Amino acid sequence: MSQKDQQQPDTQPSGAPVEDLARKAADEIGHQAYWRANVRTLLSLLLVWFLVSFGCGILWVDALNAYSFFGWKLGFWFSQQGSIYTFVVLIFVYVFQMNALDRRFNVDEDR
Amino acid sequence: MSAQVLTYIFVGLTFGLYIAIAIWSRSGSTKDFYVAGGHVHPLANGAATAADWMSAASYLSMAGIIAFEGADGARYLMGWTGGYVLLALCLAPYLRKFAKFTVPDFVGDRYYSQTARLVAVLCVVFISFTYIAGQMRGVGIVFSRFLEVDIDLGVGIGMGIVFFYAVLGGMKGITYTQVAQYCVLIFAYLVPAIYISLMLTNVPLPMLGFGSTVNDGSGMFLLEKLDGLTQELGMAAFTEGKKSTVDMFFITAALMAGTAGLPHVIVRFFTVPSVRDARISAGYALIFIALLYTTAPAVAAFARLNIIDALNETEYQALPEWFSKWEDSGLLAWVDKNEDGKLQYRGGAALEPAKPIFSGERGASGERLVSNEVGASTNELYIDRDIIVLAHPEIAQLPNWVVALVAAGGLAAALSTAAGLLLVISSAISHDLLKNTLARNLTETQELRWARVSAAVAILIAGLFGIYPPGFVAEVVAFAFGLAAASFFPVILLGIFSTRMNKEAAISGMLSGLILTTSYIVYFKFMAPELNHAEHWWFGISPEGIGTLGMLLNFAVALVVMRVTPPPPEAVVNMVRGIRIPKQAT
Repeated sequence: MSQKDQQQPDTQPSGAPVEDLARKAADEIGHQAYWRANVRTLLSLLLVWFLVSFGCGILWVDALNAYSFFGWKLGFWFSQQGSIYTFVVLIFVYVFQMNALDRRFNVDEDR
Repeated sequence: MSAQVLTYIFVGLTFGLYIAIAIWSRSGSTKDFYVAGGHVHPLANGAATAADWMSAASYLSMAGIIAFEGADGARYLMGWTGGYVLLALCLAPYLRKFAKFTVPDFVGDRYYSQTARLVAVLCVVFISFTYIAGQMRGVGIVFSRFLEVDIDLGVGIGMGIVFFYAVLGGMKGITYTQVAQYCVLIFAYLVPAIYISLMLTNVPLPMLGFGSTVNDGSGMFLLEKLDGLTQELGMAAFTEGKKSTVDMFFITAALMAGTAGLPHVIVRFFTVPSVRDARISAGYALIFIALLYTTAPAVAAFARLNIIDALNETEYQALPEWFSKWEDSGLLAWVDKNEDGKLQYRGGAALEPAKPIFSGERGASGERLVSNEVGASTNELYIDRDIIVLAHPEIAQLPNWVVALVAAGGLAAALSTAAGLLLVISSAISHDLLKNTLARNLTETQELRWARVSAAVAILIAGLFGIYPPGFVAEVVAFAFGLAAASFFPVILLGIFSTRMNKEAAISGMLSGLILTTSYIVYFKFMAPELNHAEHWWFGISPEGIGTLGMLLNFAVALVVMRVTPPPPEAVVNMVRGIRIPKQAT
């Protein structure tokens, strides 16, 4: 197990040991809050993912087919077009939200 | 110029391009060879991922399947794109932060176990070889259909090209050739689709065209007309599904989780410079993939309409020229059941067994006779699904250069996927099996040499699979997804999202998922294929969708076992905390 952080030379200790410990504890709390926010973001996006593909595209497809959407039956459109468009949008919303989250919790890669 | 000369020119030009890129992007280190040095631009990685992912099956077969299955084809459309949401949100960024080279790397390190690493190597090699056999066969088929080259020679040429850039360039060479191959394949897919969309609906974008009205003056929507025609001919309406909801649900879920768990796709996200790039790169990849995947159902609907139009109730002598060409290659067959000299295209199978067995003689109208039993239906037409993409440009009477383009695109799709798979196999051997298990003291230069040797050997084996295709290829492709869904996906997901997840839980979870999935598929596909009907399936789940049940079992077993076994070592817990954060605060 050589999972040492070759990637992050910037985690080297600097400054007095006491401040160091205090900062480490603060980081720990920050990271936990970041992770909870991350998981919340994921769950809400995955809920949309599920409702659109498995919901509109499969489970409720027959009910939705009673409506028409331009030249498509609505359920058919969701299963062959709409769900794919939604997936693309979901990933970009995720990227946008996560970048904001990274900055808010001071863990983004730009510093 | 004839379509064949143009095909030679296009294929020659694109192959020249791939070779030039290979020479320009040689690998000098193992990091170059396994992950292209880890500095591929996210946009380039997106295009490479799309080409890596879209195989001969996506390019050549998917539209054909949808054309004949209609609404049920949605399981592939959603399954093979929805997996990217799982990949982008739940796996890619964290695996990028992990910053190693392969999927077995992650499994072995996260579960502090050589056993887990070896199980992962076995799964990677099995999944990838299953897949690659189909790709090399696809290369051979395109060569033989369009260039009238012997199928084995075609496979040989394909092997030579892949050998050149995969062995020389490793992931670096593969990445940049895949970018070029994406451009070729998407252009080749969209051009005929746009042409046909304009011809049928006057709308240039096929994904909108297939929801528009047909321009035959009737003012009907295209799908409305197609539904009407299919029902009139005694077939299932195009927009109505025949599969049960539960089966659709399970198959789609297995394809999604399988997509997210496929090693050759995951490893592409090891090649970008940062966590943020891994996230956005998955987004680009899905846009590139969606371009083809939203076009495919349109191509399917157009093709079905065009085929009915061109063939039904037509006399054999009056059939278009392409009919006899594809009849000669065995993808079409006609039996004049009612002896009226005209082709009746109806619902139900024309022949029994379904594929034609030609007797070598010609019938009253000049058609190739078959020795099959004729089925009970009045349908007189056998039509292979693969014909849709290959022959549609001819069916729609498009210019020769478009026909030639389709061949170059098919080759690009098959070669790009084959190369990505080869790399995964070679790194599993040289890195996970040799460097990390059997020969830990390999130097960098030796490891790189072993990587090249194993890539070369893998190409040879893949080529043999292409030339002597094992009969079970089609049967086991579904298996590859089921396997990835039931083994890798839960173990990687839990490895990231639970710090309590340990070695015992991972191994028992993987094994139970694998055993359930494997035995269900082996039972219905090989031991008792005659029982492979909905009434014998568990809960109505077909072997194609069983991977989802395997995955749920894997999750359940892992969650129980990890509660009654010791927690993972502190170092592993810290590693998991580390991969969750893009960068530690300074």
